[in-house]
Amino acid sequence: MRIARPRMAPSAYVWLLLGAGYFLVPLYSTLAFSLKKNVAGTPCCTLSNYGWVIHNGDFWHTIRLSFVLALETIVISLILFVPTIYWVHLKLPRLRPVIAFMALVPFVVPPIVMVVGLLRTFHGAPGWYYGSPYGFLATAYVILAFPYMFFSLDAGFRSIDVHTLTEASQSLGARWTTTLFRVILPNIRSAALAASFLTLAIVMGEFTIANLAAFHTFPIFLQYVNESQGFPAGALTLLSFLITWAAMLSLLLVGRKRGARGAAIAGAR
Amino acid sequence: MVTLPFFAYTIAFLFVPAASVMIGAFQDKANHATFSNIRLLFDHPYIDAYWGSIRISLVTAVAGALFGMLIAYAAIREGTPRWIRSVLTTFSGVAANFGGIPLAFAFIATLGPLGVVTTWFRNAGYDYSVRWPHFQLFSERGVELAYMYFQLPLMILVIAPALDGLKREWREAAANLGAKQWQFWRHVGIPVLMPSFLGAFILLFGNSFAAYATAYSLNQGQNIVPILIGAYYTGNVLDNPHIAQALAFGMFVVLALMMVIYIPLQRRAARWAK
Repeated sequence: MRIARPRMAPSAYVWLLLGAGYFLVPLYSTLAFSLKKNVAGTPCCTLSNYGWVIHNGDFWHTIRLSFVLALETIVISLILFVPTIYWVHLKLPRLRPVIAFMALVPFVVPPIVMVVGLLRTFHGAPGWYYGSPYGFLATAYVILAFPYMFFSLDAGFRSIDVHTLTEASQSLGARWTTTLFRVILPNIRSAALAASFLTLAIVMGEFTIANLAAFHTFPIFLQYVNESQGFPAGALTLLSFLITWAAMLSLLLVGRKRGARGAAIAGAR
Repeated sequence: MVTLPFFAYTIAFLFVPAASVMIGAFQDKANHATFSNIRLLFDHPYIDAYWGSIRISLVTAVAGALFGMLIAYAAIREGTPRWIRSVLTTFSGVAANFGGIPLAFAFIATLGPLGVVTTWFRNAGYDYSVRWPHFQLFSERGVELAYMYFQLPLMILVIAPALDGLKREWREAAANLGAKQWQFWRHVGIPVLMPSFLGAFILLFGNSFAAYATAYSLNQGQNIVPILIGAYYTGNVLDNPHIAQALAFGMFVVLALMMVIYIPLQRRAARWAK
């Protein structure tokens, strides 16, 4: 005997359609804008705006800067957070709530507050740090990445048996570095990858700190184009969407929701 | 020992800068202690910026929490195909992380003077910039509408696990005991969901309270605190950085209050998460 499936409630249709409309129309509009010609009245469609982007030196320059910054942030974050969280799970479980609480601090000190403090604190720092995006911005972005890294890696470490893995590895004569790189890391790979993709998305879109500290990253270039030329900005915006989407979808593919909750809390607002 | 670099790093690049904002807020140009910056926060135009920020955050948190919950419930409730739910959570994961300059442009392309939807309406003979002059994308309402693009997905992500926690057996048990639909919600559904809902509301509030890039891109004259702070650094009017530090300190105080409410709520909500 077949049990009849309950039908979809009419109000569910209404809310889902309204939601879909709200989320899809701006995306459609951006696409439509990116295909428009700069001359008014000419019919659709042209790829010339995309050509403008590809042939723009500032585009390549800023996107490279943002991408290298993202990689640097990811590398520093992993070096900083993986051994710490591993050690906390292994030896210092009482420290875990402390770090979890610290991971909430960036909520209370958002980027706009943080950059004010960083500019004041490091005002007299040497130019190679204060004047360089790879110094000043990268250190700030590691802090932005911290909550996501923590929640994702913490979930990763919780899902494996840290103690057994470590003991097994050590009783076979492995050193700490061998244990960390050959045993622990492969087991938390998906959590680390998820956190890295999230960090990539954050850094590629971060505007607040870069703008106040006057570094010309990709989002700054995007804002500059927004102000000066409408239609190429459409192409550029769509490209920026695609970067975020690619990073976030990779995250979902590797992480299967790990860290998705942490993922929710911030980004490039 | 192993945790030392981590603590050193967070102290140097998070706690010291945060403390520096707090100290700077209470200093004058010669770095002497003063309350004058803090007192200034209660004057125009600073107090207006705080009200502006609080208004936008409240409106988008209320609307985001309500509509986000309705959309999440529509996707999760019985009868809705499973794939809709997974599409919605995947999309929300992306959209929640998606704000700032590209978001502002997407709304300019939609509702700006040359926007696609504006043109649709105009071609249909309804020019809402004339009929409805209060609504402008570059006004407070416009900024709120754009903020909903990251508020709604955030709500959906945060509330979905709580909605899952509303077990089917509870509803069946209530029905078996003769409870009507509204009685189930009044005595079971709403009390169970309330801590999660309020917690999510606070997250949403903080989320738009701290937002800078989207509002900056839509209208740099928008009177909200982050824009005012930003103007101190990006313009060439940095005569007294301590005012910017006091403004930042004020944001910190508001967000810290939110956190004090949030943490116990989170604890209560976790009870039903198992």
